[in-house]
Amino acid sequence: MSSLSLVSHQTRYDLTAFRRNTRARIFTLAVPVVLLLILVALFRTGTVKEGGVTVKIAAYYVPHIAAMAIVGAGLINLLITLVAKRESGSLKRRRATPVPSWVLIVGDAATSIVSSLVIVLVLVAIGSLGFGLKLTGAAIGVAAVETVIGAAAFCCLAYALSGLVANAESAGPMAQLSTLPVYFISGIYVPDNELPHWLLGLASVLPVRPLAVALQAAFVPATNGGQRFAVVPVLVVLAWGAAGLIIAVRKFSWMPRRS
Amino acid sequence: MPESAGSVIRPDDEATGRPAARQEHVITVRNLRMSYGHYEAVRGIDLDVTPGEIFAFLGPNGAGKTSTVEILEGFRTRTGGEVQVLGTDPAHAGGAWRARVGVVLQESAPEAWLTVRECLSMYAGYYPKPLPVGRALELVGLTDKANGRCDRLSGGQLRRLDMALALIGDPELIFLDEPTTGFDPSARHAAWDVISGLRDLGKTVFLTTHYMEEAETLADQIVIIAAGRIVASGTPATIGGRAAEATTVSLTLPDGLTPADLPALPAPVTEGRGRTVEIVYHEPVPVLHALTTWALQHGYPLTDITAHRPTLEEIYLRLTEEPGKQGAAR
Repeated sequence: MSSLSLVSHQTRYDLTAFRRNTRARIFTLAVPVVLLLILVALFRTGTVKEGGVTVKIAAYYVPHIAAMAIVGAGLINLLITLVAKRESGSLKRRRATPVPSWVLIVGDAATSIVSSLVIVLVLVAIGSLGFGLKLTGAAIGVAAVETVIGAAAFCCLAYALSGLVANAESAGPMAQLSTLPVYFISGIYVPDNELPHWLLGLASVLPVRPLAVALQAAFVPATNGGQRFAVVPVLVVLAWGAAGLIIAVRKFSWMPRRS
Repeated sequence: MPESAGSVIRPDDEATGRPAARQEHVITVRNLRMSYGHYEAVRGIDLDVTPGEIFAFLGPNGAGKTSTVEILEGFRTRTGGEVQVLGTDPAHAGGAWRARVGVVLQESAPEAWLTVRECLSMYAGYYPKPLPVGRALELVGLTDKANGRCDRLSGGQLRRLDMALALIGDPELIFLDEPTTGFDPSARHAAWDVISGLRDLGKTVFLTTHYMEEAETLADQIVIIAAGRIVASGTPATIGGRAAEATTVSLTLPDGLTPADLPALPAPVTEGRGRTVEIVYHEPVPVLHALTTWALQHGYPLTDITAHRPTLEEIYLRLTEEPGKQGAAR
């Protein structure tokens, strides 16, 4: 099998497993949808000051919850799955086969990217059909590119973090602990204009807020001085992905910890 | 089956591109050492595994067995010695080598969410010349579970799936690490049929087990490791000097008799528990002949008379007994 067909072979089975995994489905698909509906309903008529312009509440929460959904699919779900597979010996068994390890990693990344694209599409559709989010072809294209970049970067971070998680039981809490505070300071739940500047400044160098800011600009370019593609935030996300990849290459292990 | 299954000479070493030496053994190990910090788990062992044999590697937990197996499988890097598996050093082996080696790990969970057939098809895609999925299922007797989800299999079925996953690439050499742990007796016998079937296909099997009956039934060669050193090697019949061991004849004395009433015997009589007596002698026939002739004359039934040579388990326990734990072995 050529490398490319091996990757698509692997991705097919990974996606099948993902589709049947109730936890993964609820976590990556249902939770963001429910959150979006609740938050938009809560602040139904409100607006948010974002990048010097006033943004309607749906146009704010769709990209922000989309960023959270990408973190869920790319980082949290993969981290939990990876550690469980490592501790059960499933990764070790795959290492005993001739399949190159990068094929397995790319398979995981492709699964995260596909599930991220699906959930972002669902959120955008809800925003557009239910809450009057304005869509253009350019907005959808830029958001899709950013979704792919974000999912791949958080995938690398999942591989990096897996080296720090000793067992399957602590993977979930560890993932929550590392993301929940970041969501709060990144304006995912609480709108930006309610947060102190220094907190937003901190959030801007972490990977979640830049992804949210970039997606926000994709739908409302005015929040980014008219630029639909927010270069600096995307670079921050890429930098985190690269850092994750470097750590992953050094620390990632196929062998169960307990042995 | 491809021709290569039983073949011992390969023109080239695919993993390194170097021409392979003429290979008489599937596995050759010389002076293998493995240390973890100051602790030396494997202290200079030699092994030779011949093509087409079932090689049983026995030893108590902590004896260095798992370290050795993981070095041979290419999972662990040794601290000393030489290792050749299928003509290649497993520490530097690549995909081409892995395609020729099947591994059944001691513990491994199913691929969650996939069916048995999907799981095997996924693994089949990793190999250059896999077996048909149906053939692998048939070899391990899992055909009727093909469409069942892996995570809903019983423990025994799961181990059979592990076996099928190790066979799907049609390997020449198969590592089986405690393949029947936790099986009920009928499942264990079924697994033994599968394993001896592998030998019939010309595969070489490297087996570790804690069940001496398993080693005795399956193995062509047994090597016992204890405290990081090889303490015995041989066939199931000869290992540890078993062939030369004395026989113990034991019986319960008929009512009202004492050991003094027994006939003349070639060895002294020792009294055991209750009314049991034992006679230890290097061959069973003279003892049994004297006792049975005497019993026939007097009409004693001697219903519980036995002649017993040490089992592999007794030999094993004696050989792997830790110093300072005298008497624990028997």
